[in-house]
Amino acid sequence: MSGAALRLSGIACARGGRLLFRGVNLTLEAGGSALLRGPNGVGKSSLMRICAGLLREAAGTVERCGRIAMADERLALDMEQSLTQALSFWARIDGADTAALDRALSAMALMPLRDMPVRILSTGQRKRAALARVIASGAPVWLLDEPGNGLDDASLALLGRCVEEHLAGGGIVLAASHQPLPMRAPVTLDMTDYAAEDAA
Amino acid sequence: MRVLALLVARDLRQAWQSAGLWLPVAFLLLVASLYPFAVGPDAALLRRSGGGMLWIAALLASLLPVDRLVAPDRDAGVLDQLAARGIGEEMVVLARLVAHWLGFGPALMLATLPAAALLKLDGATVGLLELGLLIGTPALAALGLLVATLTAGLRSTGALAGLLALPLAVPLLIFGAGTLGDGSGAAFKFLGAASLLLVAITPFAGGAAIRAGRE
Repeated sequence: MSGAALRLSGIACARGGRLLFRGVNLTLEAGGSALLRGPNGVGKSSLMRICAGLLREAAGTVERCGRIAMADERLALDMEQSLTQALSFWARIDGADTAALDRALSAMALMPLRDMPVRILSTGQRKRAALARVIASGAPVWLLDEPGNGLDDASLALLGRCVEEHLAGGGIVLAASHQPLPMRAPVTLDMTDYAAEDAA
Repeated sequence: MRVLALLVARDLRQAWQSAGLWLPVAFLLLVASLYPFAVGPDAALLRRSGGGMLWIAALLASLLPVDRLVAPDRDAGVLDQLAARGIGEEMVVLARLVAHWLGFGPALMLATLPAAALLKLDGATVGLLELGLLIGTPALAALGLLVATLTAGLRSTGALAGLLALPLAVPLLIFGAGTLGDGSGAAFKFLGAASLLLVAITPFAGGAAIRAGRE
């Protein structure tokens, strides 16, 4: 995982013809993590999507070294399949083996649910499944958009441990959250600081 | 190639689960069994008009699954997850095109056999019809998929999909039905050309539509 990096310089984002934020600089090298904070609609998710290459930045440059794994509010798992089947589709796309998937399932305490159809999982269980996909992917750069949503305290602790292990292994974590997350984040970006004046 | 195969396999399984595979077949057979009731049991008339009727049925059958081709995966975030992995939208659309054709092309060609019997078509016409469908169904699949990528994210896409697809489908219908009465083979060449064009542009146009839909 060494050599992973995510570098943002002077990022601006326009949504619906309106400048949302600008001037966001962030450099994360191997083992680095950052937390995006701010109220709803301030552009946390948009910045995440820019980092993932899903949204074009209005200004600035994004430099990514290493594969990206993203967990956002949408599950992207096939509802009718069992949890293992649905996750192993993504594991195969990511080139991860079953052992990696099993490790990720146990890391998120999903082993007892592995044969359940995805559609009957609860909100928190679905969130854990999305996080398990990120863990199993083996990608060095994790983008977690509101990873704590719907998680109970025990699951939050599991998430914190996984993030810690990932960082210790030279990974990168960028998380956006409006609630406190049990992760060490030397860098905290308050997105309101970057809000464009005309957006206020 | 590995990713392409994985995507095709997944898309085929999704089509199977959502009953998208037998729906066009049932539609074609339904039209073929209702048509003689509407125009009367005159075997000569049925034989003369039945082939063209089956082309119309095939065209409309290909539009049936349009609303489940792209929109559900877009809404579920599957397309974004694939893009975040650096898999091009063109590859995603190409895989879907292959899966969509595999799902409905051969099935439609099989269903044409009993349908042709209902319409009292002779053996030579059935042969021409099957050959024409072999060339034309990839274009029908491409057209349906292209419209699905363009309308994903919009509401009440059914009617809009029809409106968008029909102008592009008219050449296919003219050349496709034209192969039945044309002895020179020119209609087959035109059908092949139209089919190649649609199949070739769909991954690029569809990929661009998906990307534009993210903004």
